[in-house]
Amino acid sequence: MNDSIRSVRNLFVSLRLTVALLVFGMILVFAATLDQVNLGIWAVQEKYFRSFIVYTRMGDFALPVFPGGYLIGGLLLINLTAAHIYRFTLSWRKSGLFLAHLGLILLLVGELLSGLWQQDYSMRLSEGDTKNYAESFRENELVIVDATDAKFDEVVAIPEKLLARKSPIQHPKLPFRVVPKTYYPNSVLQARRADGPPAEATAGFGERILAAPQPMTYKTDERNLPTAFVELIAPDKSLGIYLVSLHLVMPQEFDYAGKHWKILLRTQRVYQPFTLTLLKFSHDRYAGTEIPKNFSSRLRLKTPDGRDDRDVLIYMNNPLRYAGLTFYQAGFENNDRTTILQVVRNPSWLLPYIACALMTLGLVFQFCIHLFGFVNQRRAKLVPAAA
Amino acid sequence: MKKYFSVLLVLLALAAVAATMRPARNTTAYDVVGFSRLPALVNGRVKPLDTVARTSLLMLQGRQRVVAPDGRSLAPAEWLLDVLFRPAVADEYQTFEIVHPDVLALMNLTTVDGAGGKRYSFHQLAKGLAELDRQSKLADDTESAVRTPFQRAVVQLRDGVVLYQRLQNTLNASSTADFLDQLARFEKALPAGLAATKGHGGSNPQASAEAKLLLEMSATFGTMESVAYFRAIPPTPGADATAWKTAGTAWSDSLTSGEIAPAALVYAGLGRSWQLHQPEAFNQAVGTYRRALDVAMPSVLRKSDVETRFNSAQPFYTCMFLYVFAFLVAVVSWLKWSDVLGRTAFWLVGGAFLLSTVGIVSRMWIESRPPVTNLYSSALFVGWGAVALCLVLEFFYKNAIGSVAAGLVGFSTLIIAQHLALGGDTMEMMRAVLDSNFWLATHVVTVTVGYSATFLAGFLALIYVLRGTLTRSLNQPTADALAKMIYGVVCFATLIRFVGTVLGGIWADQSWGRFWGWDPKENGALLIVIWNAVILHARWGGLIKQRGLAVLAIFGNVVTAWSWFGVNMLGVGLHSYGFMDSAFWWLIAFVGSQLAVITLAAIPTGNWKSFRPVSASTRPA
Repeated sequence: MNDSIRSVRNLFVSLRLTVALLVFGMILVFAATLDQVNLGIWAVQEKYFRSFIVYTRMGDFALPVFPGGYLIGGLLLINLTAAHIYRFTLSWRKSGLFLAHLGLILLLVGELLSGLWQQDYSMRLSEGDTKNYAESFRENELVIVDATDAKFDEVVAIPEKLLARKSPIQHPKLPFRVVPKTYYPNSVLQARRADGPPAEATAGFGERILAAPQPMTYKTDERNLPTAFVELIAPDKSLGIYLVSLHLVMPQEFDYAGKHWKILLRTQRVYQPFTLTLLKFSHDRYAGTEIPKNFSSRLRLKTPDGRDDRDVLIYMNNPLRYAGLTFYQAGFENNDRTTILQVVRNPSWLLPYIACALMTLGLVFQFCIHLFGFVNQRRAKLVPAAA
Repeated sequence: MKKYFSVLLVLLALAAVAATMRPARNTTAYDVVGFSRLPALVNGRVKPLDTVARTSLLMLQGRQRVVAPDGRSLAPAEWLLDVLFRPAVADEYQTFEIVHPDVLALMNLTTVDGAGGKRYSFHQLAKGLAELDRQSKLADDTESAVRTPFQRAVVQLRDGVVLYQRLQNTLNASSTADFLDQLARFEKALPAGLAATKGHGGSNPQASAEAKLLLEMSATFGTMESVAYFRAIPPTPGADATAWKTAGTAWSDSLTSGEIAPAALVYAGLGRSWQLHQPEAFNQAVGTYRRALDVAMPSVLRKSDVETRFNSAQPFYTCMFLYVFAFLVAVVSWLKWSDVLGRTAFWLVGGAFLLSTVGIVSRMWIESRPPVTNLYSSALFVGWGAVALCLVLEFFYKNAIGSVAAGLVGFSTLIIAQHLALGGDTMEMMRAVLDSNFWLATHVVTVTVGYSATFLAGFLALIYVLRGTLTRSLNQPTADALAKMIYGVVCFATLIRFVGTVLGGIWADQSWGRFWGWDPKENGALLIVIWNAVILHARWGGLIKQRGLAVLAIFGNVVTAWSWFGVNMLGVGLHSYGFMDSAFWWLIAFVGSQLAVITLAAIPTGNWKSFRPVSASTRPA
């Protein structure tokens, strides 16, 4: 083998690399923890862990400053695998460590997969409400609904990302183009006085409203409320510029080409093949205090095919798992009449369990081998001393 | 002679411990002890009035001792009785601690006015209350994390004043001087007054003097109901066991039912006899009420008695002294009489360990919870776990190192606990998501033992470095033994921390649907696991030897302290960089001290005092 290849191999199987990567990992985790104060937990995950390089902004430039989670994790994975293939010998004394590291490989892969696949949504239900969808925490969508038929709606949903990019959108279901004009990721609205500055919108509610951008928030308990101005342009004429905003709960309606349309900016929805109805939300407190003892939501779970139609109870430490989704009690509002459920889809949920079982088994085994070795050694030492 | 000396030391310690275990005795003609064992419901937990008194005092002035203006020392329950029933007397006790100079200026006080230069009476504060209220309202508008030290001090004092006033209005209406006499009249007027009210169908309820008295009193009851600090009136037999009422509610209820809850009458009677200096009547009321409760709720009373006993014994306070004592004896054993003193230190540590076990077990029994439920109990348990490991080490090695480490860790964790207890009752109810004894017993306990183990490895490493650099006592066999201990404890720490973190992941997955969420506390746990892995891999890879192992283990202290406390401060403290909590300074100081020792360890081993005379090449690098 030539020298350069050998030195590369030696690097990748070396414990030095392991130690260096672990230390890098620690610095990354530590920095990410501190930065949560500024960025919030979601942005931190994207910036530090689900990236190859961590950038810092210097004015308009993004300077690479540190290896990201994917890079460190990936190298660690290579290092681990390479070292084990290279040094692999089957022996009792090493078997515990081998198992533990095998588990670790699985754990890293599992974290990678859940980083890629795991999705979080929330579901707000007031008592009596029925819903068959959950809503995204951070993503929004512009929907244009063809509501001509009273029995069903035809919905075209445009992700917020496209609004931010301001690229014109042409959709086969729409007889007009959607042209985003202005986009504020976070905003406030206020009523426009008659003698106030001119409105940017030329149709709908927007004519009476002024919008102003706001700094983005990263707090976990706040969300950004974007506003956009979009112009709808038909082949023959402009249908006007609409102000759409998460502040506006009601859709704006108009007629064009013999059809009745609605336009609305709302949180992105993910539909489920079943419905949940909130029967009762309870908030128990310890006697004579405001300390919460338990939160629970009694819900009715129904599938359209009628196969499932039953009551379920979600409370602290007891989520509902159904159709690959986990619903857990995340909060409440509206004087204890509205429940907030968090909905998690994590197809790789089983991997950490297997990984951790392997690692625990391996570590316990290894620890026992050492402990017994140590005790026997001492006993051997003590016996001649006593004699 | 040596042997007798050691026996004498152990006996002395035993006698001191036994002395703290004596049941409390009444120092006056009043059965204050009996009163202090009566139960009441506060913050969701039924506890003896003794605990109410002690935790209130801790919140007000950071200590449980009260000295009356005439120099007499009061038991906490005696102070509570005065607050409850003799407001004018209690107002003169200097039980409000103020240390912030600007707050003192605000209240028009100087350190000369205060007992010990920092404790003031309610009477002294009375004039400044309006201004205090105004300032604390200003502070309330500021998010608690970004308040200035002055604002925090203002809010703390205001909370203390509110607590004090709530106590005064729990069983009595402090603004009405003869309220307890009025109660007696109310009791007599009740049947006739009610009849009058009903008889007139509400058309003219003031028809009789009785009905008028009832109406007047009902407003006072309403106030008492809304401000009462604790619920003293036990549930009626057969009712929900948590349905304790405030005295105000009980009296209000009598207006509709026509019957007065017996306990409300008892407390009114107790109050009158306390006010009128009638010890016989007082003692008789306590005795009768106690006997009635013994029949109605024996298990509550049993807990209440044990808790009162636990409060007065203060086992963890005693342990602190024992650990210091053991530490000193063990250190001396390195210089002189190593076998006898070493054994003595071992027994002293063992005694302290036993005592803290008793303390922790009684807390568990009183709360019906696993050992670790909040930061305070985690401090107790971290110390307990580390001392247990030390005893194991000492049993094998018999070189007093385990005892020295036990003394250090045991004492420091108890000091931390002592400070954490100032926030009030340390046996709190568990908030919703934590209300799971299974996970508290598995995840929380293993994680906490993990803290113990990483701290222990770090403290052993401190001993290695300090003994090696500053004394000549670290010979080669001792150094080897210490290194082996550190390595063994790090192995154990890796294992237990890992298991604990994984259990946490499983709990998270079970209740939130995700195994790992990069939340600060999870990251803190991860940092400890990774750091332990770094130490082990560096050693296996030959990157470090004894000295390196010690240095890395000491840095483990920093990592562990961060994960234990630093992470908690992040949520509150670091939102604004101007704000520094006092605990944050302690953390900085601790990290600084560890880094100082690491710097000391950077001296080449050839120059260490212990290793100097021998040629450096044969020493571990």
